[in-house]
Amino acid sequence: MALKGNLRTFSIVQLLNLIHLARKSGLLRIQGPKGQQAELYFQQGKLAYASLSHRPNNLLDILYQAKRLSGTQYRALKQRAAQYSDRELGLMLVNAGYFTPIEILNTLKAAYRDVVRTLFTWREGEFIFDSHAPPPKGKIFVRMGLENLIIEGSRHLREWERLEEEIPSLKVAMKFVDQPRTNLQNLNLSPEEWRVLSYVNPHNSLEKIARALKLSDMEIRRIVYGLLQAGLVELVRPENEPLPEIKLAFSDRPKEERLSLLNKIIDRIRRL
Amino acid sequence: MQTVKIVVTGPFNAGKTQFIRTVSEIDVVSTERKLTADTERQVKESTTVAMDFGRITIDENLVLYLFGTPGQRRFDFMWEILSEGMLGFIVMVDSTRPETFHEARSILEAFKSFAPTPYVVAANKQDLEDAWDVEDLRIALRLGPNVKVVPCIATDKESVKRVLLELLYSIIEYLDEMESTEQQQSRR
Repeated sequence: MALKGNLRTFSIVQLLNLIHLARKSGLLRIQGPKGQQAELYFQQGKLAYASLSHRPNNLLDILYQAKRLSGTQYRALKQRAAQYSDRELGLMLVNAGYFTPIEILNTLKAAYRDVVRTLFTWREGEFIFDSHAPPPKGKIFVRMGLENLIIEGSRHLREWERLEEEIPSLKVAMKFVDQPRTNLQNLNLSPEEWRVLSYVNPHNSLEKIARALKLSDMEIRRIVYGLLQAGLVELVRPENEPLPEIKLAFSDRPKEERLSLLNKIIDRIRRL
Repeated sequence: MQTVKIVVTGPFNAGKTQFIRTVSEIDVVSTERKLTADTERQVKESTTVAMDFGRITIDENLVLYLFGTPGQRRFDFMWEILSEGMLGFIVMVDSTRPETFHEARSILEAFKSFAPTPYVVAANKQDLEDAWDVEDLRIALRLGPNVKVVPCIATDKESVKRVLLELLYSIIEYLDEMESTEQQQSRR
């Protein structure tokens, strides 16, 4: 089943988060503004390939734009290697001693990262993620974890209303998730994010943390949103906050009686 | 006569009214009104403004009421009133409309803040081609592994029964947990 939607209501950060957490493999196509199109290929939740329709996306152009090739080298190779796929060209460049495999992979990673950064500026666009689509032919695949891109994307998020929707109240607290799905050592957090992280404790409401760190409501929301999306923390009711006085059904009955009433309801619904 | 209540909540057009209609033994008392907002009217013509009300008689002494809450945020004030005295609640989500997932999460958070009541998430419209998978929905709604996300087709009686039963099983599990916590505390 393909995932379809629009970035207007399901942002690129949420989409990357979904792919990251579900360790999805497949091709993500996004129809962006002014007829632009993006194609990203993922393998087990990691970014393998990314391209934009209005930007050169073959290896030779990427190396030249990254200033890894001189103009003369670029023109000579372009003539000679026009018929080669990126993989063949990469192999040829490595065998000829122009580059090491690591240099090529790092240049591609930087280019793919730039593609994703461009996507952070797209506020709307139809997307479709197809987990059965074949990988793009002849391209070189990298393995880029999405954690840092997700954090970076969150920093770019300028939709304050959405942040408010995500974290409607600052009276909630945070706690570290029991089994973080993100390796802490691979995270690049900003100093402010680290400062907020040091206050993570079910006793500290977000309101309290914001006050202590002199952050505005929106700043604390933005930072907490990033930490949530990275799967580091979850929101909880502050431990010192009393539960509201709402009387639940059967709450005044002994346990045996409550169970008996519930079993009656279960039996009846089964028979419907 | 004892009455208990299950609240069915969720964003606009998630299928709450249909869900109740499918299992209620009475014609659902629905307070639908013509929609005024253009964007909402594009999705459906009328919506619930106060609540839907369905009934299942359990026996001569016990009746289960199903209350459907209005979907739009401008009716927030109703939710707290409806959650008083409930057994648990169901958050209906239209699996084909990712643009409503944010609101579903907000509604879920609001209900959770009213009372520590068991709940399940019903991933409705699973029969449609564009429906998101249940596990994808879990991630999109940022639900923990312990939260039950039940596939649902609100027009199908068996499917609706399954959602209700999953909620009731969760309530029993919740009571067991409460009891073991109380026992641990009394031992200390």
